[in-house]
This record gives sequence, structure tokens and C-alpha cells, in this order.
Amino acid sequence: MSEEVTKNIIVRDDEDYIINMGPQHPSTHGVLRLEVCLNGETVKYVIPHIGYIHRAIEKMSESDTYKQIIHLTDRMDYLSAHMNNEAVCLAVENALEIEVPKRVQYIRVVLDELTRLASHHLWWSAFGMDLGALTAFFYGMRDREKILAIFEESFGSRLLHSFNTPGGLMHDVHPDFQKHTMEFVRYFRKKLPEYKQLLTDNVIFHNRTQGIGKMSRETAIAFGVTGPSGRGSGFACDVRKVAPYGLYKEIDFNEILYDEGDSFARYLVRMDEMEESLNILEQVTDNIPEGDYTAKMKSIVKLPEGEYFQRVETARGELGIYIVSDGKKFPYRIKFRSPNFSNLFVLNTLAKGGLIADLVAISGSLDLVIPDIDR
Amino acid sequence: MNSVIKYFTDIYKGVRSLWAGMRVTGKYFVRPGEIVTEQYPENRATLKMEDRFKGEVIMPHDKNNQHQCTGCGVCELNCPNGSIEIITKKVPNEDGKMVRVIDKHIYHLSMCTFCELCIKTCPFNALAWGQDFEHAVFDRSKLDKVLNKPGSSLKKKEAKS
Ligand code: SF4
Ligand code: SF4
Repeated sequence: MSEEVTKNIIVRDDEDYIINMGPQHPSTHGVLRLEVCLNGETVKYVIPHIGYIHRAIEKMSESDTYKQIIHLTDRMDYLSAHMNNEAVCLAVENALEIEVPKRVQYIRVVLDELTRLASHHLWWSAFGMDLGALTAFFYGMRDREKILAIFEESFGSRLLHSFNTPGGLMHDVHPDFQKHTMEFVRYFRKKLPEYKQLLTDNVIFHNRTQGIGKMSRETAIAFGVTGPSGRGSGFACDVRKVAPYGLYKEIDFNEILYDEGDSFARYLVRMDEMEESLNILEQVTDNIPEGDYTAKMKSIVKLPEGEYFQRVETARGELGIYIVSDGKKFPYRIKFRSPNFSNLFVLNTLAKGGLIADLVAISGSLDLVIPDIDR
Repeated sequence: MNSVIKYFTDIYKGVRSLWAGMRVTGKYFVRPGEIVTEQYPENRATLKMEDRFKGEVIMPHDKNNQHQCTGCGVCELNCPNGSIEIITKKVPNEDGKMVRVIDKHIYHLSMCTFCELCIKTCPFNALAWGQDFEHAVFDRSKLDKVLNKPGSSLKKKEAKS
């Protein structure tokens, strides 16, 4: 066991003063229970209790065809629904060695980045709210609404799209899709400085986040903390860079890295990622080629016997999907390596010794989505 | 001395950052630009959902009360949640032969996850999305719907275009 992990070992004591945060606590953003042991206002340890929203998605997938699994993955990390869909689709497409049309690859990247933006909007809003900046919430929601309107126009739903299908997309995007996306990019370029004025430059916000919840690069690697949270500690873990999938090989973008490892660094990573997403959107949206929106697929998809693994970068980190197939139309076993599960369990290491108010700042900066933890 | 200077520079910085934030909110207070809040339910009369909006699964009927569902059961097979139940019956056609037609196409809205597989896979294009979204009811059984209207029949030309 690495030193980083052994430091995390918790010794319970009968004398401990325990307080339960959740499962219905607004700052946990879902049904997560944190068992917090306090010494005055200082946190002695945090034990996360998970499973309140467990739906057995992995088990259910064993009796669903590959096309039917898609709609279940929506419901893991609902803010990265599109990336979750894509993970399954890529796994199946790679296993069957299907070449998806260029149009599909372009649209998938646009949707990935729009989803990432919408997810970061929500995180920004909620993070501000957790720290008492309620105004931020309305501004984030205002801009997120624009993206959701684009989604609604093309897929008919705002959050859980189920728009990917092995081989391509369910149907073609709306004719106005490109136009509206570019409108949004121009609009949001103007609005991003407001985010800086409202929260990034705020002194109270600095005091609440700077130096709070310091995570070293070693800790991030030991716990498998990926996504913006890991990159805030200087851990280069962007799957779009380290194992590019789809069109990401051909796109020019930067991986955002900060070395401080505190809550503020994690915040800055996401803020810069929003900007990077806008850059990607500008490169890709106008160049979507004409063509089919799906490759030719059999109506029943069967994977050849074997094991398959595919990972993608969701808004919160690395989502891995591991499929074992016995050649039938249902997978024999599916395992999701969800980013939030790993990101959650670093909480004790970060919050230990700090104040209970900082626990909220830390869990907010990790950007946890609870249904993804429980699956 | 140093702590006194720090005290005052902190106050200065605090007020300045507060001012920067207040400027943004103040700007929208006097010049809202656009109102983004939907005035629902007051705007019910004018509210129009997107054409592709997934409100519920419906079976379009034409003016002769005819639909395109043959009762083949493909949608029932493809639904991951068992939200669709197909009940067929045998009736004699013009030649007096017994043929299988749809009796009830039961759709459990409460169990539907809007995955669109039924609509995509229906070989006869018999299903579509409805734009109605006000589904709140007091009794769950009200969400079990029969999609083919009473007295409806199969449209003659049936193959997918
Ligand atoms: S709706 Fe379509 S798929 Fe379902 S039973 Fe009717 S014809 Fe078959
Ligand atoms: S949309 Fe999906 S869940 Fe709903 S009835 Fe159709 S197949 Fe079933």
C-alpha cells in the first residue's frame, strides 16, 4: 500500500463526536452521507457512506442489449450524459472495428464540449452557492440554459439525451444546430469575464478556497483522482490528450494544469477549461462535414468473445468502461470505472485537520455527482 | 506597523472586489438586457415546445381514426424497461381470413425513460413523440395509457416510406 493511502486509514474511537452531513444536505448535491468526526470545529476524519441511490446499472446492463445500455449510462453522471453514451458507443465500435462517419465524429466532439460547458456552468453556480455567493448561481444558470436550449432543439431533451447509438447518432442534429452553437460561443465569450468579476476575483472567495484542501500530485495519483480535480494538482490525466479518441487527435487544444493543488487551483482549472472548450467549439463547429449520421449497423449488435476497454474524459474525469462479452447479444459483464467514485474517497485526506466549513469548500471543488458514485 | 498596513490594504481590496461584483449585478439591475426567466404557467397559451421534444410516446392517428400499428411487437421487444405491452386479437378481414391486429398498445409512461428505441425500431413508423409535458397526476395508474384510440383501425398502405 502506498504511503499516501496508508495515511488515509481511519481509527474510530467510542469517544468521537460524530455529526452526519447528509444524506439530505444541500451541499452534498445528492444523497451522500458524510460521517464527520469533529473536535470542536476541526474535522478529525470523514467517512463517506455511499449507496443511497444505487440502481444496479452494471447488473441491469447484463440483461440489456448494447443499444439499450446507452440510456442507462445517461443516468450515471447525468451532467456528462453525452460522454457516458460515447464511452459505450466507442467500446462497441472499436470491438466491431466499425468506422463511424466523419460527420458523427465532429458532432460528437461538439456535443462533448457543450456538455462539458454546461456541466462546468452548473458546478460554478453550485460551488458559489455552497460558499455563500448565491448571485453566482443565477448567472451560471442563465448561460447553461442557452446550451440546454440547443440540446432540446436537437435531441428533444435537456439532460438525458440518449443521442448516441453504437455506430453513430440516433438521428441527425437540427438544421440550426451549427448556427445556434456558434451564437452561443460568441455570447459566452462575452459573458465569461463576468464570472471572473463575480467570483474569481472576490476576496471572500479567495479566503475560502486558497490553500484549502491541498492535494499533492502523489495523493491524486494514489487515489486515482482524475479530471479537473486531478489536474489542479499537476497530474496530467486528460484522456483527450493521453489516449485520444474520436476526433480529439486532430484538434489543437491545451491541457490545463495547475500545481497548487488547493481548492482554488481546481476552480481555476475548470474556469480555463471553459475557455478551452470554447476554442475547440470554434475549431470544430463550422467544419462539420456533410454525410451520414450513422454507420451501417446490424439491428442486433453482438460483440465477439473477449474483453474490451474504453475510456473517455467526462466533465469530472476519466470514465472507463470494461466489457466482457461471451459472443451473445447481452454483455456478460460490464464494469464502469466512474470518476466520481475515486474523487470522493480522497475527501478524508483533504479535509482532515481542517475546519468543517472548509469541508464544504473541498467537496464543492471536487465537483461530485452522486449518482455516478453509486451507479 | 505591518499588520496595520495589511489591515487597511485588506479592507481596500475587499471593497474593490465587492465593487467589481456589484457592478455586474448592478448593470443587470438597471439594464436587464433580456429576461431569461420563463413565466410558466402564465405563458401556457403561447408556450410551444420544440418539434423534437420528448414529452411522451404517442401513436399518430389520421382523420379517419387510422394508425399504422400492425401489432408486430417490435417496440415491446426493444423497450429496455418493459414500458410497452402489446395485446393483439384475431379478426376476420374482407376475405374472411383471420388476421392478427392490435387490440391494445399499452404504454406505461411512468416506466418510460425516453430512450427513443421504440420509435426508432418500429418498422411501420407508427409511433412518434408527443409534445405534452404536464404529466403530474395524483394516481400512478393514470400514467398507463392505451395508445391506439378506441375504434381505430390500421391504415391500408403500411410499408415504411
Ligand atoms: S408500434 Fe410499431 S413496433 Fe410497436 S407493435 Fe405497432 S407496428 Fe409494431
Ligand atoms: S422511449 Fe424507450 S423506455 Fe420509453 S417506451 Fe419507448 S423504448 Fe420504452
